[in-house]
Amino acid sequence: MRGRDDEWTDLMRSANAGDSVAYHRLLKSVTPVLRAGARQGLSRAGQPPDQAEDIVQDILLAVHLKRQTWDANAPFAPWLFAIARNKLIDALRRRGRRVFVNIDDFAETIPSEPPAETLPTVEISNHLADLPPRQRDVLRSIAVESASIKTTASKLSMTEGAVRVALHRGLASLAAKLRKD
Amino acid sequence: MDTDRLIQTLAADNDQRPRPVSTQLAMALLVTLPVVAAMLLVTLGIRPDFMSAMRNPFFDTKFLVTLALAIPAIVISVHLSRPEASLGRWIWLLLLSPFILIVALIVEMTMPQRAPMMVRIIGRNSSLCSAAITLLSLPILGGAMIALRHGAPSRPAVAGALAGLMSAGLGATFYAAHCADDSPLFVATWYTLAALVVAALGAAIGSKVLRY
Repeated sequence: MRGRDDEWTDLMRSANAGDSVAYHRLLKSVTPVLRAGARQGLSRAGQPPDQAEDIVQDILLAVHLKRQTWDANAPFAPWLFAIARNKLIDALRRRGRRVFVNIDDFAETIPSEPPAETLPTVEISNHLADLPPRQRDVLRSIAVESASIKTTASKLSMTEGAVRVALHRGLASLAAKLRKD
Repeated sequence: MDTDRLIQTLAADNDQRPRPVSTQLAMALLVTLPVVAAMLLVTLGIRPDFMSAMRNPFFDTKFLVTLALAIPAIVISVHLSRPEASLGRWIWLLLLSPFILIVALIVEMTMPQRAPMMVRIIGRNSSLCSAAITLLSLPILGGAMIALRHGAPSRPAVAGALAGLMSAGLGATFYAAHCADDSPLFVATWYTLAALVVAALGAAIGSKVLRY
């Protein structure tokens, strides 16, 4: 675990220094751990695991939008697991469950890598349609069609700067909509 | 949307890095503090004998008490904006202001008094005091909430209450320049009442808007 945690911390430092590849690797690396923790938390609360992937995505979005609250001199894992717990508790509460989230649900899981079937997710896709048109088009292009920022800009006749702004705003609006559910 | 695509999208957004909460809060205070200063000057003004009052240690103590509340509350608010942070030992910092106030109360007790206790508590302006401090705190509270929304507090109501204490401490610092009542008994009663009101308001707002 120590080695893994140190690796995450290093990746996040590189990401903060502007290294998007390191950031991508970091998110890829934490996702199986988050997935296992979400499943474990759901099963502990007597819930079917079918919403685990929605919870994982909710956590990833929060990690992304709140990463400025991570202190670069502190280890990354406790910060990550604090956000993950908060989101899991939220998800269980929304389902009207009494919540007992074990501190160690995330910290001590063995990553379920990769899950036999990737569970379908609905929440983000549902909200995507309700975004303001510009944010929606940019997110669809980048997230659904995997286009680059550059391609998206020329396709939607926008500047790359405007695409970046719309992308960030779109992600923030998605997170806000998930919170309101 | 599958998770891999989401991750790809988040990585593409890595260039948009929000400013740290401490910077956001500093900017909010830079905007709201002059507004509150202007509010005070336009409505109540500072007390006419401000310069000579500065020679009265009990007058100066009011600023010490209010800043000893505001500054730790600012520090703790920034700390609590981190998801893994807990109040823990930080809460002791909040006792600094009450401690100074208690020392001042004891000192005042030992001095020969010209006015009886109840007169000192009620002072000249008690009806105005708590209400004015509360009103002066509101712009600061609003700015602080907007800034702290960039944080990720694990207990939004606690974070909101701290924002309330910060705002009340700063609002009271301004009001103290107007306030003609210098008795620590007056401060302990009416300033504390205002701080509790604003802290409760902050907790109520925080539990709604500081969730992430």
